[in-house]
This record gives sequence, C-alpha cells and structure tokens, in this order.
Amino acid sequence: MNALVKQHLIDPEICIRCYTCEEHCPVDAITHDDNNVVVDVTKCNFCMDCISPCPTGSIDNWRIVAEPYTLEQQFEMLELPAQEDGLEQETDGGGSLEALEDEIGALLARAHEGTGGKPVAPSSASKPSVNLFNRAKPATAIVQGNFRLTDADAESDVRHIIVSLGNQVFPVLEGQSVGVIVPGTGENGRPHEPRLYSIASARDGEKPNTNNIALTVKREPDGLASNYLCDLEKGAEIEITGPFGATFLLPNDPQANIVMICTGTGSAPFRGFTERRRRTMPDVGDKLHLYFGARRPEELPYFGPLKKVPERLLHKEFCYSRVDGQKKVYVQDRMRERSESLVPILRDDKTHIYICGLKGMETGVDEALADVCRAAGLDWASIKPQMRTSGRYHVETY
Amino acid sequence: MADLLNVDYNTSIPNNVNLADDRRVLKALEKWHPGYLNWWNNMGPEGFQESLVYLRTAVSVDPKGWAKFGYVKMPEYRWGILLAPEEEGRTIPCGEHAGKPVWHEVPGEYRAMLRRLIVIQGDTEPASVEQQRHLGQTSPSLYDMRNLFQVNVEEGRHLWAMVYLLQKYFGADGREEADMLLKRTSGSEDHPRMLGAFNEATPDWLSFFMFTYFTDRDGKMQLEALAQSGFDPLSRTCRFMLTEEAHHMFVGETGVGRTIQRTCEAMKQAGITDPHDINGVRALGVIDLPTIQKKANIHYSLSLDLFGSEISTNAANAFNSGIKGRFKESKIEDDHKLDRATYPVMRLIDGKVVTSEEPALSAINMRLRDDYVKDATGGVNRWNNIIRKEGIEFEITLPHVTFHRHQGEFSAIQADPEGNMLSNEEWEKHRDEWLPSKADGDFIDSLMKPQWQAGKYAGWISPPRVGIDNKLGDFEYVKVSGVAANA
Repeated sequence: MNALVKQHLIDPEICIRCYTCEEHCPVDAITHDDNNVVVDVTKCNFCMDCISPCPTGSIDNWRIVAEPYTLEQQFEMLELPAQEDGLEQETDGGGSLEALEDEIGALLARAHEGTGGKPVAPSSASKPSVNLFNRAKPATAIVQGNFRLTDADAESDVRHIIVSLGNQVFPVLEGQSVGVIVPGTGENGRPHEPRLYSIASARDGEKPNTNNIALTVKREPDGLASNYLCDLEKGAEIEITGPFGATFLLPNDPQANIVMICTGTGSAPFRGFTERRRRTMPDVGDKLHLYFGARRPEELPYFGPLKKVPERLLHKEFCYSRVDGQKKVYVQDRMRERSESLVPILRDDKTHIYICGLKGMETGVDEALADVCRAAGLDWASIKPQMRTSGRYHVETY
Repeated sequence: MADLLNVDYNTSIPNNVNLADDRRVLKALEKWHPGYLNWWNNMGPEGFQESLVYLRTAVSVDPKGWAKFGYVKMPEYRWGILLAPEEEGRTIPCGEHAGKPVWHEVPGEYRAMLRRLIVIQGDTEPASVEQQRHLGQTSPSLYDMRNLFQVNVEEGRHLWAMVYLLQKYFGADGREEADMLLKRTSGSEDHPRMLGAFNEATPDWLSFFMFTYFTDRDGKMQLEALAQSGFDPLSRTCRFMLTEEAHHMFVGETGVGRTIQRTCEAMKQAGITDPHDINGVRALGVIDLPTIQKKANIHYSLSLDLFGSEISTNAANAFNSGIKGRFKESKIEDDHKLDRATYPVMRLIDGKVVTSEEPALSAINMRLRDDYVKDATGGVNRWNNIIRKEGIEFEITLPHVTFHRHQGEFSAIQADPEGNMLSNEEWEKHRDEWLPSKADGDFIDSLMKPQWQAGKYAGWISPPRVGIDNKLGDFEYVKVSGVAANA
C-alpha cells in the first residue's frame, strides 16, 4: 500500500468560484476549469494562505487518502468525497485532522492513545482551525508575563506564561495545543523536535479580546523546551506553530456535564474550559466537575485562583498525595468516594469526560470509573466506547 | 520604516499606506471623516447603529490577517485604507505603454480620465448601502442580517478606498469629488447617484440576493479591469477590494440558492411537482420558481446595462492608455495592444441582430460583458443543480442580451427572453410574464417578516450549510439590542 497522504480539497457544493484562493496561493497549487476549483496535491504545502480569504468555508477540507485525487477527478466532482474509512486512524488518530504535519500528528496520536480508539470531537464543539502556522512559517509571539504558580519553596516549578500574538490571526479553541520551537539545533545538527503545550486560556484571550494565549509549563530537570520557556523574560520573542488538535474540545451545549480529571499541568486545558464557560454561560450551574491531583496544595497549579471560582460554576475536588500526616489521596480514590454524585452523571448522555495529565494516571482513572459503574449496575466497558464514538470521552496524556 | 503589510491603527484612520507620515492626505481624510460618519448614520443601515454585529475586519493585507472576526457596532467599524502589497517590477499590462514600468503618480495626460473612472467606481459603493438601508428590518435570520451588514461596511470601506485615491493624487479637484460622493444620494431628485441601476431601491431580500449576485458582479468585473491598471495605486487598491468583493458574491449566490432550496423542499413535502402551480406553491409560504426567474431577468438585464455601449471610444482610450485592462489581462496571451485585432460584437444593424467583427480596441466593454456573462452563468448552473437534486423539472436561465435593455445597441428595441424582437404592444402585453409584476412584488413583500431568533430562519429560505467563521447553527451573529455577550 502507498504511504497515506493528507490532501487538501475544496467542497464543490459550497464553493462559489470566486477564485480568491487561486489568487492568494503562493505556489500556484490552486487552479480551475469551467466546473471546479481544485488543489494540486503535488504542489500544496499546507501554508494555509488560502483559508482566511475564502468567503464560503468551502476551502477548509482535508482527506487522508492512499491514492490522492487527481486534478481531473477533482474537476469532475459534484460533491466532496467522504473520508474513506480506516485510513485516518493510521496516520494521526483523528477523523478530524488534528494536525497537518506528521511529527505533530504523531505526538497528538500518542497523547490520545488512552481514548481507546479514534477520538471524536464533541458534536457541539466549535470547528477548530488547525496548522495555520508551521515550522517553515511560524508565528512570532511576545512574552507578556511569566509567573511561578507553585510556592517558592515547593519542589516543582510550574509557570504560567502569557504570550501575545500582536496582529497575527491565530484562532484557538480551548483544549487545542501550540508547538513551541526551541531555537538552535540538537547534537545531530538538526533543529529540535517540536514540543506541544496545551493552551490554558480561553479562545478570546487571557482577558477577552486580547489576542494572547497562556501556557502552563513545568520545569523538568533536563527538559530543553521547559527550561527554555520557564526562563523567558517579559518582552522575549518566541516562535510558535499551530494551533493543533481537533477533538479534545469543549462542547458548546450549555446542558453538557463536563467532568475534568487532571494532574499537574494537565489542568491547562481545563483552565481554558472553565474560563470559557465563565465568560459565555456563567448562569448555567452544576455542570463542571474538576478532579485535580497534586502532591501538596503548594504544588497545585492555579490553587489560589481556582479556590475563588464559585462551586456552582465549577465543582472542585482537590486530591493530595503527599501531605504530611494525611492519607494519600489520588484522583481515582476521590472518584470512588464520590460515586454517589458520579453515577447520575455517568448515566446522562450529555456527559463528557476529559482526562489530562501524565500517562501514569490513565489506568487508575479508568479502573475507578469501572468500579463506580459496577457498583451502580452499569457496564463501563460498554459505556466508554459509546462515549468515545459520540465525542464525549477524551484522553490527552504524555 | 513603515510596515506596509500590517495595518496601522495609531492614526485615526487605519491604513497600510503610511498615512502617519503623509500629513497632507491625513489631514484631508480627517476632514472628510466626520462627513462620512454623518452619512453612515443617516444613510446607512436603518435602526441597527447600536447593534453588535459579528464582523470581520482586516488587520493585515497578508492572507492570514485580513479576516479577524469580532462583535462591533457598525459606526465604530474600523474603516481603513488598505492596498494590496506592491509587486516589485510590475509593468503596464496593456495598451501603447505595455511593458513599461507602472506609474506611481498620475500621468498628466490621463488625469481627467483616471479621475472620472475612480469617481464612477466610488459612486456605486455608498449607493448600494443607501439602496439596502431598510433591509435589516425584515431580515430572514441574524445570519443574513450579519451578511448584509458585512456587505454594507465593506462597501463603505470601498468608498474610503476611492476617496483616498482622489485625495492623495488629485489635489483640490479630488477633495471636491470626495465631498460630492457623500452629497449624491441613491434615488435623489436633485443629486442622484451616477448610474441608473444604483438609483433603484432594493425592495426585498430576494432582490438583495439578486443584486449582490448580478450587480455586484458587474462591480467585481470593473474592479478586475481596474486591478489591471498601469496606475499602480489604483491596481493595488482594487486588488484588495476584490478579496472583499468575493464575500458579496457569496451572499448573492448562496442567498438565491437557499431560497430555491427551500422552495423545492416545500414543494416536495406538499407533493407539488408542477413548478408553474404558482398559487399552490405560494400557499406554502415560499417563492415560486417562475417568480425567482423573473427576478433574475430584471437584475441581470439591468446589470448588463452597467457595461455601457458595446462599441466605445472611451473604453478604447482607457485600454490603450493602460489605465484599465481586460478581465485577467495578465493571463491573456496576445500582444496586449489590440491595434489590429478584432472581436465579435452582437449589434443591431438594419433592424436585425447580427454578430459583426469589430476592432477589438473599441469592443473592450463588450469583451468585459462577455466575461461577466460567463462568470454569472456558473452560479446559475449551480442553482439548477439544487433544483435537479430535489427532482423538480425547472431550469433558471439567463435571458438573451437583447432583453429589457436601456443602454447600448439594443436599447431601441424590445425583445423577449429568447431574443425574439417584439413590437412595443406585444412587449406591454407580456411584460408581466417576464419581469416581476406589482402582484409578484406584493407577494414577496408579504413573506418579508423578520426572524431574529438565533439559529432560526424565515420559512422562505433554508439555513446555510456552513456558518460564518465556522460558527455553529445557533450562533448569535447580531445582538440587535447591542448587549455584549461578556457584559
């Protein structure tokens, strides 16, 4: 079988043949005949210059194919072909394209492995933009702030870093990630591999309409990117790519229950989720549930600000595993304790579960959910795939 | 140094032409600005100046930056002056100076001609805003209302674009012309707009969609021709305007398409197969296909008039001097001078419609009109695909170019949509079969009831297949009362 290819296609039923995309394409990959406007798969380099000028939205379509559609086939198309089954999983794990670059796609596929199958975006999620900036054409962001989140005497150094995108249009959704390009080259003389970080702010910015994004970064002892980021000073310029990710997204449905389970910097997307809900539907109560694990309160990122979020908007369960003189509590332990409140939520088909943090937490949380279900006569093994295929079960771990 | 890609928002007028260092022009524009706002508030969309509208604003003329979406009150929209990036080494594409470097200043001998072209183009921009100012009141959805307002603010910006050229390159004359652009008013007895089609009110939403499809498409063709100008600032201005114009084409094509879609669906549901069962179809609260055809007939024929005379010395001069090119001039393979070439033109000779070979230079208008007809045909075919897909036997067709004309060769005769010549008497007898009658207008009017609930659509039009800026179905594109989401 040939190597799979991501192919850019234009929806002929929505396109109005204004040829604006053709005018903007810097590599002349777009052309037309009397029927259709088409993209030459051998020329398109995913620069995305055609996406924003398109007045119709017909331009933003991607298919993973073993055999790319030729120009002649595209000229004849009356409608957009469906994604052929089975192919998408082999490249980046997403029916929705999470990224257009293989290396980023592979990182996300690995992060989403714990979902237990093809991840699917929530049906009411906004449509994400993906891969507008890549390594060849990154966005330049300016550091607006770099704050330590953990106590000064805490062992771990977790930081909240805000970067401004200035005039660049970099539309993000909560739950998406950005790639960070660390300057310089590795020992092999090649540029460093890209690093992905979840966006910790809401789509309209750290504050509304500020065109900036926040990242939550933990300094790792020998981490190249984390030390680079944690040492950044205000005003420094960094290069970022993305946005990436098209499935780990917030449902827009106000009635959705959102159960967020995280440890450490896994809280980043959930900060975005919570902030988005606070800004857009502050009056819808009792829908957000957070299970957040850390060693000690001093090491729990956003501990202070989180405590101020009203319980009605966000129900919080903080779980500490290293507080002197106290029993170790992990998120899975607390979930078992709270089975009475979790069971009705698990029975509700408006419930979305999100797990984010270190790979090690996956099994424990999965077992806890199974136990909670079993005690209530529910079968987690059959609920989970149902939730996944309907876009309501999401895992992003690293 | 000035950043000519990103837009400077530090002066009162956003721009990428380094206005901050051009005191004279900045001053002239700042003087013109209050009059413009006054015009917008008096003649712009009626009743929605306080509403929050989800609009796109250009923050850069670079492809990635030119569509930034957000809620804005229309009078606070950042109208600015945006020119496409300069192409290094660009040469005059046509006429006797073809191949020489483009002009960055107005060539003296063509001053009057250039000014006239810019004023005519500029005059159409505010005119359409005036023609459409009452439509918001009856919009079939917040989505459509938003699209109307996006078209309106961008027409406003196109006026800015032309005014900048007048004030930057034409001195006192240019300033006077700029003022006159605000003084003339669509339909006014004393100071009407310059072109006939821009003095007719847009009475209903189907007319609006037809107008954006057919009449704005004339605007697009004119902009395409001016984008080929050897006067580089005009070319760059028009190139950027074309990116915006594409949205207007989109509103027209999909608006008519969604109207057709809804009609066909309602017919199918009710079991009506005969598209000419007009009363039966109208009883379903949708617009029957024959009436949609009549609307197409009138808007198409009025738009053909905008191309002027088939044989035109003015057009020949504009081409020969390199001021205005042909559609996609740079992609045409010929000598770009046309001093010996001919072009087939449909003419009225001895009372007969014949095609005759005319000097290509004199037939420049005709050629642009032919390109227009081809461009307009594509969308009509796609409308027919919708009808065919729903299994209804009906085809929308464009009438013959002799039908219902008031300009050029065929203004002296009457013809039916197939192009058969008619006596005035016969024309009068059949007129209402081909053009919307008073009764047709009254029926359409009866459907024009506002539907302002987010995600809901009036019964005569289908929802769009894709939202603006990837928004979901129930997105509130206009907050009519003006209350902010995050307040």
